[in-house]
Amino acid sequence: MTLNHSHSSNLAVVAKDLTRCFGNFTAVDNLQLEVSRGEIFGFLGANGAGKTTAIRMFCGLLKPTSGEAWVDGLPISRDSEKIKRRIGYMSQRFSLYDDLLIEENANFFGGVYGLSKKEIELRIAEQFERLGLTKQKRTLTSELPLGFKQRLALACAMMHRPRLLFLDEPTGGVDPIARREFWDLIYETAEDGATVFVTTHYMDEAEYCSRVSIMKDGKIVALGVPAELKRKHGTQTMEDLFLKLVGVSGESGESVE
Amino acid sequence: MRRILAVARKETRHILRDPRSLAVAIAMPLIMVVLYGYAIDMELKRLTVAFLDLDRTPASSELQMEITSSNFITPVQAIPNRSEIESGFRRGMFRAVVVIPEGYSEKLATSLESPVQILIDGADGSTAAVVDNYLNAAIARINRKLASEAFGVETLPIEARTRILFNPQLISAHFVVPGLVALVLVMICALLTSIAIARERETGTLEQMLTSPVAPAQVIVGKVLPYIVIGAIDAALILAVGRFVFDVPMNGSWFVLAGYTILYIIISLGLGLLISTFAKTQQVAMIAALMGTLLPTLILSGFLFATSSMPFMLRQISKLIPATYYLRIIRGLMLKGQLWFPFETVALVTLGTVILSVAIFRFKERLD
Repeated sequence: MTLNHSHSSNLAVVAKDLTRCFGNFTAVDNLQLEVSRGEIFGFLGANGAGKTTAIRMFCGLLKPTSGEAWVDGLPISRDSEKIKRRIGYMSQRFSLYDDLLIEENANFFGGVYGLSKKEIELRIAEQFERLGLTKQKRTLTSELPLGFKQRLALACAMMHRPRLLFLDEPTGGVDPIARREFWDLIYETAEDGATVFVTTHYMDEAEYCSRVSIMKDGKIVALGVPAELKRKHGTQTMEDLFLKLVGVSGESGESVE
Repeated sequence: MRRILAVARKETRHILRDPRSLAVAIAMPLIMVVLYGYAIDMELKRLTVAFLDLDRTPASSELQMEITSSNFITPVQAIPNRSEIESGFRRGMFRAVVVIPEGYSEKLATSLESPVQILIDGADGSTAAVVDNYLNAAIARINRKLASEAFGVETLPIEARTRILFNPQLISAHFVVPGLVALVLVMICALLTSIAIARERETGTLEQMLTSPVAPAQVIVGKVLPYIVIGAIDAALILAVGRFVFDVPMNGSWFVLAGYTILYIIISLGLGLLISTFAKTQQVAMIAALMGTLLPTLILSGFLFATSSMPFMLRQISKLIPATYYLRIIRGLMLKGQLWFPFETVALVTLGTVILSVAIFRFKERLD
């Protein structure tokens, strides 16, 4: 493995000995990871396992305590500004402005990504059509059902056509049908050539990923294609696998803080 | 630039979409100025004084008339005997009592030396001092009159002829209203920005914004721009009330005042940003913004108490308060017609630069 050449390789995310401490607590502990371009990579783990901390480092919101990571070939320690132009980030809270219209939210995020007025209009038209938001364009965001807020958050994160999309628990609190529909959108995005890096605690969703990693206490305890992982550990479902490796089930893991 | 405008446009939408907050931001300063302006003005004009006249002669009545001829003193019902004085003070019926002893007119006629006792309610120190001044001034006036009658001269050997410049009638509003502009602006501006940032922190939108390539300085400038407009509207309204309701003169230039006021608004907004980097929630931000600006500005800026009479340490602290300099500028401009404030300008620009730099720096740091 020649990490020094990772920028020229086919890897979207690489982490080498990536560590982040908060005081005495090590949230991410010597993380090693490689995600190829075009993958839908499932980043699993109970709450508090360090998933969000790792994503926040990849997105340039947190600096690593030690180690390094490369996002789209760029080292996060030096090029976080360049990285920000290439990635889209959707947080678990669907961070949107409730008092703005749907269109205005998308407009704003297009604006902070430095898009021109024309580009913004074009992207809004394209994406709203694809995500089924066109009719609600002039609705106040606070009046949207959660499933639509989630789509709007995705649209906002993709205004600038990122090559790499970080989704942190994008389907939290949404009903099963909306979740299924959202995953269809994730597939479409990946087919368009973007890499999707997604965390979830719904194990049925883990089955949809091309590869997954399972994190526990800041470390990765399993990494691979879902079917292979299940075979290797002799479990029927991802849920069972998760239980076996982490000791709590995915969904009840939510309360582990 | 595009990014700054995107932030500014979004912030403007927040403001316009919340008319109640906007109304508070505009009405609150007005109400404060009118209330404070009148409260301080009324207080000094209606000083109640009672007389205990034990002499009951034409001369003693003349003394009473002379004292109550002042606009600032309102006589209340005369007191029949000494035992009523204390209970009257306790019930707050008057601020002071003038006791004219028996034999006042006789002594006055024979020796030109006749003591009069003045009792003042000292519970409220500043009012007591004002009452004392007014009564002494009234008695000095009578002395001059008596002296001229007795010796046929108009003047005493030494007479202080005071002429007060810039606010000749010592109208308190002329002094207070400029101070209120300084106080109200810093409070409202710090409040607006600190809440605006704390709100985004609470909802997580700040983090979302910062995963984009927008720089912290761009976020801050974009956020501050619309609030400069609100601050300017507030300033214009307060100054209009000062000018037309309280008749505060404008001896300087409105243009110069506008320039300094905008500078002061920007510094105040920066102060709000700085506060927001410490505050985790909107409530904390609100309390910190109000306490952090109200008390220092009220007590240490020279608004109520002259900075020159403060102990050394407090005087040093007062030098770190933007209102200290803005107050000197606005009073100088409006009352004295002074137009050039080199020292204050340097001080304000320095303070503003430091406050904004620290705010931007801490804003970045807080992301970790």
